[in-house]
Amino acid sequence: MTLKVKQVPKSETEFMTGADLFIQTLVDEQVDTIFGYPGGAVLPIYDAVYRSKASFKHVLSRHEQGSIHAAEGYARVTGKPGVVIATSGPGATNLITGITDAMMDSLPLVIFTGQVASGVIGTDAFQEADVLGITTPITKYNYQVKTIEELPRVVKEAFHIASTGRPGPVVVDIPKNISAEVTGGSYPNTFSLPGYQPNVNPNPLQITKLAETLSHAKKPLILAGAGVLFSKASAELKEFAEKYELPVANTLLGLGSFPGSHPQMLGMAGMHGTYAANMALYECDVLLNIGARFDDRLTGNLQHFAPNAKVAHIDIDPAEIGKNIPTAIPVVADAKAALQALLAKDIKTDHEDWQKGLQHNKLTFPLWYDRSDELLSPQWLIDQIHQISEGDAIITTDVGQHQMWTAQYYSFDKPNKWVTSGGLGTMGFGFPAAIGAQLGAPDELVVAVVGDGGFQMTLQELSVLKEQQLPVKVIIVNNQALGMVRQWQESFYEERYSESLFVENPDFVKLAESYGIKGVRIEKEADAPEMLEEVFSYNGPVVVDCRVVQKECVYPMIAPGKGLHEMIGVKR
Amino acid sequence: MKRIITATVQDRSGVLNRITGMLHKRQFNIDSISVGKSETEGISKMTFVIEVSDHQNLEQLTKQLNKQIDVIKVSDITEKAIVARELALIKVGSNGHQRAEIQGIISPFRASVIDVSKESMTIQVTGKPDKVEALIELLHPYGIKELTKTGVTAFLRGHQPKAVTDLHATPL
Ligand SMILES: Cc1ncc(C[n+]2csc(CCOP(=O)(O)OP(=O)(O)O)c2C)c(N)n1
Ligand SMILES: [Mg+2]
Repeated sequence: MTLKVKQVPKSETEFMTGADLFIQTLVDEQVDTIFGYPGGAVLPIYDAVYRSKASFKHVLSRHEQGSIHAAEGYARVTGKPGVVIATSGPGATNLITGITDAMMDSLPLVIFTGQVASGVIGTDAFQEADVLGITTPITKYNYQVKTIEELPRVVKEAFHIASTGRPGPVVVDIPKNISAEVTGGSYPNTFSLPGYQPNVNPNPLQITKLAETLSHAKKPLILAGAGVLFSKASAELKEFAEKYELPVANTLLGLGSFPGSHPQMLGMAGMHGTYAANMALYECDVLLNIGARFDDRLTGNLQHFAPNAKVAHIDIDPAEIGKNIPTAIPVVADAKAALQALLAKDIKTDHEDWQKGLQHNKLTFPLWYDRSDELLSPQWLIDQIHQISEGDAIITTDVGQHQMWTAQYYSFDKPNKWVTSGGLGTMGFGFPAAIGAQLGAPDELVVAVVGDGGFQMTLQELSVLKEQQLPVKVIIVNNQALGMVRQWQESFYEERYSESLFVENPDFVKLAESYGIKGVRIEKEADAPEMLEEVFSYNGPVVVDCRVVQKECVYPMIAPGKGLHEMIGVKR
Repeated sequence: MKRIITATVQDRSGVLNRITGMLHKRQFNIDSISVGKSETEGISKMTFVIEVSDHQNLEQLTKQLNKQIDVIKVSDITEKAIVARELALIKVGSNGHQRAEIQGIISPFRASVIDVSKESMTIQVTGKPDKVEALIELLHPYGIKELTKTGVTAFLRGHQPKAVTDLHATPL
């Protein structure tokens, strides 16, 4: 399934339009997969796709939200920009959730939206939407193409901005008259962006200061976020942590940047993090944040966040440093470059007591759950999936309890195998993201762990799974509820389950079958290992309706407004 | 605290929208913004007067401005030796015999009368914001019918004093 990029031979196209020029720019950018959906304003572009016999694959979704989440999944596992095409107006507005999601989680996307013809922009023309205005606050940058001459430059800039520095989504709005315009020429694509010069290499003074600070630390801790994954610095992180015996905690999005099974790994920190990780954050005296943004779901109440720590923060985005947490040692740099610089330093470390204490916490307060004799225990289910896939699958999730359980129990040992919506917490993300992940990594096992609620937000993409013959395993953690909402209502609203319990759900097995996809239902733990074995050895897509206990809650937990040290549900 | 921030930006479409949108989203309180072309083709200069709560907030402000792709340079010039000016047009109610009185008030401010009608006169004043404010205050008793200000535009003086103590010699 590897896709080769070949040039579009000019002789095959009898005439050249703006759209042909556009396609050529995508080929030049080595695009191999496009996630899109046609419509009036992009008809010239789709005509060019048809005529070009282009070397890339176009994946037709069943809703533009499906396209963009797929592009996000693709970007997360490949590290390359995900490319999306949608039509003007409703096509573009259907992308908004995904664009915002990519902005929050720093995913490189280049999104092309059709626009009404230049001459009628501003007249409320049919299917006109102010895409530039709407997407300005949710993009790293956006453009409206004004002339055909600037098209190649704009596209090149868009790819550059999306994929360098702190990655993010870039929107390019293309009026229909420009994509339809017949042209003979080729135009320059050179650009200069004097205001955009991401700083990759760390300031040596800050690195020296950081090395000295770590040398004096009694209770040092590394917090590793998604920045480590974006800069492909997992190997350096491991070497650094091992060399100086530094314990590591992960953010939700940083999972996989440091091996989950490593003895120095304390687990995920934050609202549903481990006791060991959260207490380490609470007690540490030097906190080295590498590529995380101190999100409030990580920090809990800021007053109690690392109260005794000197904070050092390595981030490619200077605006993240000092934004939420006062930072003594700012290091504006790519994580890999900073870690390499640190590895060249001589750091003396002596914190045996600290490590002993952390190991004690890890052993005494591990994650726990109750088994069930009727339906499946959801945590146990994730554990089973981990075992069957040997911890080596690409896992995407939706948002809710199942997401947290997957983060807790699917211990990620390798980078870029974890695809979840963190910052925006977008229900409907997980399943289409798995489609994109599988297209980006055709030879890997891709598992989408979704809730019965979120799956119903984007399950129309089952058609795509079938059409593209993608062997994704969809695991529905079916608790007949908006489980996370139900949990908060149980804990904080005196069990008033307002609109969070489903009276009706579809028969997911029949639903899958109606799309021509194998459907399986698992209702008992006793049956599960064998049935899952069958599912995972099946060479094709499977939708698995796993009936789990509804009343299970995600623990441990830092309740809203509480500090890291005020976790509940630490022990049974 | 009020800060005067200048930004040199690439003159691309939507740049003002992007920047004011960001300031709004990040909850910064904008006193004034003035924008215009600079000495270099394709480069504009923006001057912001913005209320920030503390130093961390100020740092966020300059960092978020700098983060904008179109922004080339950001300077907080509040504590530098600067020339800062704004222009105000003030229409005050006035009958015949008040005119001379108003003339007397505005002349120390080097303001000028640019329009006169039976019941009103329009005054133009240029200067530092505090000077403009002071004149507006003095004209209040006559009844201000209309008022418009351009917002501050500013840049560094050619010569910057070395000692920090000198800096406050030229407040806004
Ligand atoms: C688009 C969207 N709408 C609403 C929410 C709020 N929300 C967060 S978790 C959740 C429940 C999700 O239910 P389900 O998908 O069944 O997962 P579960 O928590 O049961 O595992 C809801 C409604 C959200 N995150 N995203
Ligand atoms: Mg559910």
